[in-house]
Amino acid sequence: MADHHPTGIKRWLFTTNHKDIGSMYLWFSFIMFLIGGAMAMVIRAELYQPGLQFVEPNFFNSMTTMHGLIMVFGAVMPSMVGLANWLIPMQIGAPDMALPRMNNWSFWILPFAFTLLLSSLFMDGGAPNFGWTFYAPLSTTYGPPSTDFFILGVHMMGISSIMGAINVIVTVFNMRAPGMTLMKMPLFVWTWVITAFLLIMVMPVLAGAVTMMLTDRHFGTDFFNAAGGGDPVMFQHIFWFFGHPEVYIMILPAFGVASEIIAAFARKKLFGYSSMVYATASIALLSFIVWAHHMFTVGMPIAGELFFMIATMLIAVPTGVKVFNWVATMWQGSMTFETPMLFSIAFVILFTIGGFSGVMLAMAPVDFQYHDTYFVVAHFHYVLFPGAIFGTTAAVYYWLPKWTGKMYNEKLGKIHFWWSMIAVNLTFFPMHFSGLAGMPRRIPDYNMMFAAFNQLASIGAFALGLSQLFFLFIIIKAIRSGKKAEDKPWEGATGLEWDALPCPAPYHTFDTPPQVK
Amino acid sequence: MAIRRKLIASLTALVSFVLSGVVQATADLNMRPGVTETSQEAYDLHMMVVWVMTGIAVVVFGLMFYSIIAHRKSNNPKPATWSHSTKVEIVWTAIPFIILIFLTIPAIKLLIKMEDASDPDISIQVTGSQWKWHYKYLDHNVEFYSNLKTPQQEANFDLEKATSNANYLLEVDKELVIPVNKKVRFLVTADDVIHSWWVPELGVKKDAIPGFINETWTSVPKPGTYRGQCTELCGKWHGFMPVVVRAVPQAEFDAWIAQKNDERVAAEKAAAEAAAKSWDLDKLMTLGEEVYNAKCAACHKVDGSGTPPLFPALKGSEIATKAERMDEHIGIVVNGKTGTAMAAFGSQLTDAELAAVITYERNAWGNETGDVVQPADIQAFKAGNQ
Ligand SMILES: [Cu+2]
Ligand SMILES: [Cu+2]
Repeated sequence: MADHHPTGIKRWLFTTNHKDIGSMYLWFSFIMFLIGGAMAMVIRAELYQPGLQFVEPNFFNSMTTMHGLIMVFGAVMPSMVGLANWLIPMQIGAPDMALPRMNNWSFWILPFAFTLLLSSLFMDGGAPNFGWTFYAPLSTTYGPPSTDFFILGVHMMGISSIMGAINVIVTVFNMRAPGMTLMKMPLFVWTWVITAFLLIMVMPVLAGAVTMMLTDRHFGTDFFNAAGGGDPVMFQHIFWFFGHPEVYIMILPAFGVASEIIAAFARKKLFGYSSMVYATASIALLSFIVWAHHMFTVGMPIAGELFFMIATMLIAVPTGVKVFNWVATMWQGSMTFETPMLFSIAFVILFTIGGFSGVMLAMAPVDFQYHDTYFVVAHFHYVLFPGAIFGTTAAVYYWLPKWTGKMYNEKLGKIHFWWSMIAVNLTFFPMHFSGLAGMPRRIPDYNMMFAAFNQLASIGAFALGLSQLFFLFIIIKAIRSGKKAEDKPWEGATGLEWDALPCPAPYHTFDTPPQVK
Repeated sequence: MAIRRKLIASLTALVSFVLSGVVQATADLNMRPGVTETSQEAYDLHMMVVWVMTGIAVVVFGLMFYSIIAHRKSNNPKPATWSHSTKVEIVWTAIPFIILIFLTIPAIKLLIKMEDASDPDISIQVTGSQWKWHYKYLDHNVEFYSNLKTPQQEANFDLEKATSNANYLLEVDKELVIPVNKKVRFLVTADDVIHSWWVPELGVKKDAIPGFINETWTSVPKPGTYRGQCTELCGKWHGFMPVVVRAVPQAEFDAWIAQKNDERVAAEKAAAEAAAKSWDLDKLMTLGEEVYNAKCAACHKVDGSGTPPLFPALKGSEIATKAERMDEHIGIVVNGKTGTAMAAFGSQLTDAELAAVITYERNAWGNETGDVVQPADIQAFKAGNQ
């Protein structure tokens, strides 16, 4: 069959091709990443020195809120769905995703959802300013009018995510090539299936939370209003029942990416494949019973605090297994350090540092000191930036030849890596110290004793922001004038996408399913 | 062999670098141990985890960097072919498990201790509201609001003020005074949104939640002033809502309570006198401006322009200019407006202050209604309201 290509704007509007949709997801998430990043620059500029220099406190709150929402829902999650779209059909030997029209729809919801959300910046009363965790009653009774746009936007993102998740599950369970048993699937596919189940379980809970907000705001209910018999803490329970699994939704696919890349560049099979799968699944299961570790200070009964503390610490066990397996995969391998490998190794190291601070935060009596300080900000940025973002970056470098048939410039890639590596640590490591010194999060101004750490973090953040533009430059340069990629550019790469397909992969792949031995 | 020597050298360098980093951290970048027994135990636990985590980091990253050097293609051209070992996997599932048990036991003990607020010597109700704390001594007839010392207006916060004041953003007009070596129980709640009451050096952080009362406690062995901040995002001026606790010897505390009681009696008398007499517009305007800038300008702005629609403009507003809506105006200031950020000032200000601020709002910034609200009007309003 000819490689039929629709052209022009209609190709993108009406496409049902998983590769086109994957590309749109990835570009969309990158645009959101730049917008969310620009907001981070505003935050870091204001925090460069004590005093109110650039923005007033309410706008500052809008910036922290929108930065979080855009990064979580606009940058990280869609980038993972983009990778899933591109890779899952190729990795399991399927011709496309199982539900291609739904695939199109789940992408095209997003631009509208984020237009709604971003439009709130220009509204009277300003954009949502209650933090990305939108605790009631600050977000209900006291929320600005734009809160309703936020609610609708979250609903739309939720629908998009749920559809994406359904698509992944249906594809993986129905469209694997003959011989591709579940325990032969690449780890990226496994981590994504587990992520998809998490999404289906928790996105409706988020939808419930924002719907309750909406009725509290406009239809006279009092779910979260104590004066009417409601309970503001219930909001937090509902939110974090979504919110904690959400953390793993953002990180699990990156685990999959790192597993594949480290094995490829160690030229060795992934160590402990099945224990990797089981560890991922147990992390996912545990993630449902630890949510209230975000709430140790709300005045839970002590039995609750003990339960959530112990359950949270347990997560360190399967997470540890993953880290050990990655090190064991490298052990006695024959490693080379191309850009994807560098980002993956940095991912393992820095994510582990985020894990260490995670164990510290899990210990309730000490968490009373860490909670809602910059220590927490440092913790989750260590998990999310070198975790989710480095994971995606590594994936882009690794699979770019498969996607475009072009190689990036290795030297520029390495510069990008070291630049990011230094900047990310310069940005987020000092935040541990400002937190320990007692700086609360989400404040636009602070005492002199926090000044040095904040100045370092701001300098790091500006460098980190610039490095993303450099990344964009490297990718565009590769696409426009990169060296032509060989069919197998990475010596140690394995999997159907490398063994059974050329670079670039044709527009339609696997019209007849490949045989997997 | 040269490789091994180089490796060992670089590993030692790495380890000593990490260790020196940690030592440095404990010197001046670390959590403060604080002054109470619980805060110091929390600090010890914190240090224990830091060291355990550092140990794990040295082992795991050490192996990893060894591998990165020794198992690179140039040093190890033929990769091994093994990819599984049940024995090893069981071992490294078990070891973290044991480490975690070792960490959890002291944490459980400390947690139980920290949550035991029974048998207090005195109890203080702590109420957060946008953006101040209200302290009420339940065993004495003393209560007051504790505001950031500098009024919450944007112009008041800049680099120069930050550098010239060691306690920038950590100073209040009235500190919470507690006696040393007494078990002080705090009943923490809020009026509007969720706040969180934190004093790092006491190791106490508790969310202040509207409609619910949380308990926590402290016992401070050493006199001194301990500073903290609100740690739950609570709106525009969240970063400007400090907590200051001054611990004093019992005798000094008793004297302070007695003085507070005298002040209250005197203030009640002065307020009654002030309310009884009739004020002229100028005097109301002077006092009104003072009260307005301290209490209202944070949201409604010094020039009355507000930040609509959250904080409506008072300048030119119907309620503040139309004579027939004057009662409504008084009502909003005295009782607040439910469903909005507008707090009830009826019990925070004296009748004279209320009268003055309302008069000011009706005559400043070109509102010029000429309306004069007297303290007696406020009393009448409150009486009719009951
Ligand atoms: Cu969590
Ligand atoms: Cu606050």
